[in-house]
Amino acid sequence: MASLISIQALSVAFNGVPVLHGVDLTLQKGEALGLVGESGSGKSVTWLAALGLLPRHAMVSGSVRIDGREILGAPASELDRVRGGRVAMIFQDPASALNPVLTIRKQLCEALALHRDLSGDAVKAEALRLLNLVGIPDAARRMSAYPHEFSGGQVQRIMIAMALAGNPDLLIADEPTTALDATIQAQILELLSTIRREMSMAMVLISHDLGVVAENCDRVAVMYAGRIVEQAPANQLFADPVHPYAQGLIGALPPLDGPRRRLTAIPGTVPDPAHMPDGCAFAPRCALVAEPCGLAAPTLAPIANDRAVACICAAASRRALLGIAAE
Amino acid sequence: MGRYFAIRSGRAALTIVLVVTFAFVVLRLSGDPALMILGPEAPPEVLAAFRKAWGLDDPIWFQYLDYFGAIAKGELGRSMRDGRPAIQLVLERIPATLALTLPAFFFKVALGIPAGIYAALHRGSGIDRAVMMTAVAGFTVPSFVLALLLVLIFAVQLGWLPSGGQDSWRHAILPIVTLSLGGAAVLARFTRSAMLEVLGQPYIRTASAKGVPWHRVVISHALPNAAIPTVTILGFMVGSLIAGAVVVESVFSWPGVGRLLVVAVANRDLAVVQCILLLVALTMVTSNLVVDFLYGFLDPRLRAKGAHA
Repeated sequence: MASLISIQALSVAFNGVPVLHGVDLTLQKGEALGLVGESGSGKSVTWLAALGLLPRHAMVSGSVRIDGREILGAPASELDRVRGGRVAMIFQDPASALNPVLTIRKQLCEALALHRDLSGDAVKAEALRLLNLVGIPDAARRMSAYPHEFSGGQVQRIMIAMALAGNPDLLIADEPTTALDATIQAQILELLSTIRREMSMAMVLISHDLGVVAENCDRVAVMYAGRIVEQAPANQLFADPVHPYAQGLIGALPPLDGPRRRLTAIPGTVPDPAHMPDGCAFAPRCALVAEPCGLAAPTLAPIANDRAVACICAAASRRALLGIAAE
Repeated sequence: MGRYFAIRSGRAALTIVLVVTFAFVVLRLSGDPALMILGPEAPPEVLAAFRKAWGLDDPIWFQYLDYFGAIAKGELGRSMRDGRPAIQLVLERIPATLALTLPAFFFKVALGIPAGIYAALHRGSGIDRAVMMTAVAGFTVPSFVLALLLVLIFAVQLGWLPSGGQDSWRHAILPIVTLSLGGAAVLARFTRSAMLEVLGQPYIRTASAKGVPWHRVVISHALPNAAIPTVTILGFMVGSLIAGAVVVESVFSWPGVGRLLVVAVANRDLAVVQCILLLVALTMVTSNLVVDFLYGFLDPRLRAKGAHA
């Protein structure tokens, strides 16, 4: 299958402090990828950097290709066609993500006018269709309302409508439900997965909520301290995490069935990007830590079909288990 | 909205009453107009006659009530120096003042706002630092120092422009420049910080993420939001059109309202001072009222609050 977007060795530094250390990710057409990890692990930064949405003082390097075309460092006009047209993004805090002084109609029609060959009444009709699609009641009348006149869940629906305006091939949902309460959260996720199916759109769901990712994604990448530490199909990752950090994350979740057990917590805290330990960034918190861990940061290495892990110890023991020869 | 308007207007009226009362009391406690105008050599009976003629020997509360009674009838009193109606003296001077303050206002806006926007968009660049340094210099240097500096350079050293008076348009240049520089500096700084604040907001990133070209993001997403705090400063500037040039008019001997105020205060020409202060309070309060309504126009969130208030 042709890959839709391929990110290679993407690195970001803010004021000389590296926060993203060479991220590799590929996404197939129509695929749903979950990106999990603690705050500050680089989940959002990866996609903001890929789309050129970071502030100017961020140093970005690596490669981001959409259908084979490099977009990192591409001219602004080309980026503007990609953003919203090929790749749309919705954000965590819907209340501040829409412009408070512009009406919903204006913000929605702006996106339509940019990416579709529509004009005049057709734009308005399409805007109305999108608002109905995402489930805004009484959309025709409420188009002339301002963002503050909608609830948080409704604003996130409007954000989704706006993201859909350009018929994107990929939707990046950056913690789309974190700021919403639990029932609304479920509705928004349901809406996202319905739309994704109907429009056969790929999606990246950025979340620190493992449950959300497990339910909505085909594949999951776990990030820690600016690196992807494990990548696997969603069901495999949750059934059998390999990286000690992924094990820790999943061990911290209460099981729905089976006997009650004590939840495990990962000791220690995420290292400060300005003072990264040598070698593996997770080593200071890791139960499996061994001498070679402090030498060099492990790279993501395949351990099975569609599975990769960045841990010297785990990769070695897993390969031995599966009888795969070390490279 | 009607109630919002009523509350705001009521507050505005109260402000004016307070300003006028304060001026009334302070002026009457701070010196004897009879002595100031007739001089210390004047015979006591002349002074007494003067005080009686102007009602200065009445108790202060009586004078105060009398004054408000007169205002209610539209009487703003007469100058104690030449007996002409105070309002007439003040109105005569307004065109001269506006001849300085209106062009200065235009230059403040035309220089300050674009400079602030440019500095914000190129934060950290050499031009940003230059704009900010100029801005800090612009509002830390008092206007009389700047005025004297300009006189020294352009009138004394170079001899290009006159140092004072009101004989031709060339006499207006230095006072206008003096007034404009400080105001433009304040405005540039405010606009810059308002823009920086807005450019850091998530909705700016949303606009970029949907593919809006950067110049359009700035014009149609950032500027309308940054206008809200900037309008506050503009309101103050409009409010000071009448009396904002006191110092500059004095330095350049420009016969405007500001100079009239200085002379009238020195002479304790009570009616004239009070008339000017009333006028200043009125313009300040009116422009602040206009600003309040502009907020409602610029920010739909306030509009909604106003409707419920």
